[in-house]
Amino acid sequence: MRLLIQNGYVIDPSQGVNAGRNVFIEDSQVVGFSSHGDPVPDGADVFDATGLIVAPGFIDMHVHLREPGHEYKETIASGAAAAIAGGFSTVCAMPNTNPVNDNAAVTRFVIEQAQRAGLANVFPIGAVTKNSEGNELAEMGEMKDAGIVAVSDDGRSVPNAAMMRRAMEYARGFDLPVIDHCEDKSLARESAMHEGHWSIVLGMRGAPAAAEEVDALRDYALAKLTAAHVHLAHVSTSGAVDAVRRAKAEGLQVTCEVAPHHWTLTDEAVAGERGGVLYDTNTKMNPPLRSREHLEAILEGLRDGTIDAIASDHAPHHADEKALEYDHAPAGIVGLETSIGLALDRLVNKGVISLERLVELCATNPARILKLEGRGTLRAGAKADITIIDPETTWVFDVSSAKSKSRNTPFDGYSLRGAAVATIVGGRIVFLREGYNRAGEAKHNHALVR
Amino acid sequence: MNNGLNLKHLLGIRELSAEQIVHLLDTAESFRDISKREIKKVPALRGRTVINLFFEPSTRTRTSFEIAAKRLSADAINISVATSSVSKGETLLDTARNLEAMAPDCIVIRHSSAGAPYHLSRVCNAAIVNAGDGAHEHPTQALLDALTIREHKNRIEGLKVAIIGDILHSRVARSNIYLLSKLGAHVAVAGPGTLVPADFAGLIEQGVRLERRVEDAVADADVVMILRIQRERQTDAFFPSMREYAVHYGLHLSHLNLASPEAIVMHPGPMNRGIEISSEIADGGRSLILDQVTNGVAVRMAVLYLLAGTLDTRERTGAKPEFADSAAESSRAAGGVRGRTRRTKRGTRD
Repeated sequence: MRLLIQNGYVIDPSQGVNAGRNVFIEDSQVVGFSSHGDPVPDGADVFDATGLIVAPGFIDMHVHLREPGHEYKETIASGAAAAIAGGFSTVCAMPNTNPVNDNAAVTRFVIEQAQRAGLANVFPIGAVTKNSEGNELAEMGEMKDAGIVAVSDDGRSVPNAAMMRRAMEYARGFDLPVIDHCEDKSLARESAMHEGHWSIVLGMRGAPAAAEEVDALRDYALAKLTAAHVHLAHVSTSGAVDAVRRAKAEGLQVTCEVAPHHWTLTDEAVAGERGGVLYDTNTKMNPPLRSREHLEAILEGLRDGTIDAIASDHAPHHADEKALEYDHAPAGIVGLETSIGLALDRLVNKGVISLERLVELCATNPARILKLEGRGTLRAGAKADITIIDPETTWVFDVSSAKSKSRNTPFDGYSLRGAAVATIVGGRIVFLREGYNRAGEAKHNHALVR
Repeated sequence: MNNGLNLKHLLGIRELSAEQIVHLLDTAESFRDISKREIKKVPALRGRTVINLFFEPSTRTRTSFEIAAKRLSADAINISVATSSVSKGETLLDTARNLEAMAPDCIVIRHSSAGAPYHLSRVCNAAIVNAGDGAHEHPTQALLDALTIREHKNRIEGLKVAIIGDILHSRVARSNIYLLSKLGAHVAVAGPGTLVPADFAGLIEQGVRLERRVEDAVADADVVMILRIQRERQTDAFFPSMREYAVHYGLHLSHLNLASPEAIVMHPGPMNRGIEISSEIADGGRSLILDQVTNGVAVRMAVLYLLAGTLDTRERTGAKPEFADSAAESSRAAGGVRGRTRRTKRGTRD
């Protein structure tokens, strides 16, 4: 199968390309670029991408697909469907399933289920410790052989600093980054939201920013000690961003990601300020929505390059669970289908970051951090994973038509400018946004409208 | 919602305007009289159903709501659930929907989770009254405290109020700070550093004065409110011992001598005598602790009357209003209530 993505604007930071190009793919590989106006290769289908951005397939390196164990929230198939609908060709599945992905058998199961679904690429992340309990190291070598790309006890941090040190030293032998969910449990105990003005107003126990910052600084010190690669998941505080900035300045292998809700919302949302309702459990996540100064620090980290990746922390929960009292409801929101929209609307279209930087955050860097061979790039010979973006289209997110099994999002009804309109995985167009087609007709109409 | 209050539920003081608060207090004042009569009952809420849904143990507040409902002739049902329904398998919302299916006019809820009454208010047609939700709010406590202050000081505006104790975990402190500041009082709080977080200073726009020492908060105060200290705070390392708490943060006569000579002392109960308050103060002439309890019934009668007596059921059934319940009338003294009572009797004879 041959496909020419014609007349698009290619952004591929892995090779410094930022220009109008055609992208030619054959079977599951990228063949190369040609100039607009060059002839269509023999027997190739054409995808008219006039006015659209063509980028290496986006990678969400932090999602919860809930299978095995919590299939009522999400399955690997439904999660993968949500991924491609959100513009992601690749997702990395966190290991906090039941059973925990702490051995090669579970790793293989996740990969097989993803292959069966045949939608997005799914790379599992293995547990750092057995059952993510923080006591004994999980069999990282065997899981690596089976296909994991990183280790993490996400949902909780590795509480014991000595254990974290051992994990980092051991993982380094397999070239696996250790992804840490920075949260000092003693400080964050039983918290339902960020500690600050709004937790005082709402009378709920808060997790201080320090709960994240203490662990981020610990990990910084351990990265220095071990020279291992530690990746801080969903940083939400100015202190954690600062810790990463400092580590990078010192040349340590410390990277981090940020989730869309942490640049979009603050803890005001818990109080229903600016149009929400009080105590809406769809504003409950971990790490929690922070105060304005932390949101500003996240934007600065995105702007100055401290933050390496955008990851949704897609965390599906059943409506019945989210209907509980705020302090009893589980933390987390679905994010795969709003991540790119929020990035384009709130970051690119508001001038915080460039489109090129967005592609870095969503494709180039995640592939580099996780060492995903042939992904995050459109070099000749790379996997034909491609995300096509319309940065101008305005759309309204309607959760009732979302592909995820779960509906827990604070972004229902949000009007966003910018969307992923097509997702290509291994050379196959697996998702085409409603209103768009290969001939580019809808897009031309939309161009007229604007 | 023609109850002169423009309010369907009473969830918190933070959302109320000064006018709404004054209207509630004026109405409560008009009800205070009923409890002093030989026949302590008016038919204002006859045929209405009030459910007291208590997920936390409570004697005082539950009894107070029950008496208030009965003195208004409502049918009051008490449901006490020892723990949150979560552990029993039924969710709060399912419990609420089941109760709702029995068409109550008002559900009074106490729950250990902040925000639980808000969840209820989104699925229930009945008027929801918050009787304490976690560390969030306890609006009727603040109203009864304000009624007590007004009774003894004839005003709230300009008064200096000191609140002493476990501010962090106190819904009483929050509701009182909102109410008192909305009516123009100045609030200072004091307690152990672990229980008086710095963020409390910004709870309200005009600010709350945070003091390290009880003496500094109490100095020149017109009103001193003492909060109950819970023993589990010691095991959670908020302070080292009850003994030390009593010495440094309990209210003693020596503190009270720093306050205004006419200062009054209040406590929401139940008291730990000799810990947060010395018995000589609790039983002394400046203590209004039992007046608070008395006013609690009047305030809850007013709340139930204004919320359960005038809106939802009528809207639901399409029945005509039983009372001409304008703001002016319900804020008239007890005579107003008697006037409405007579009309009710006439109405039922028709």
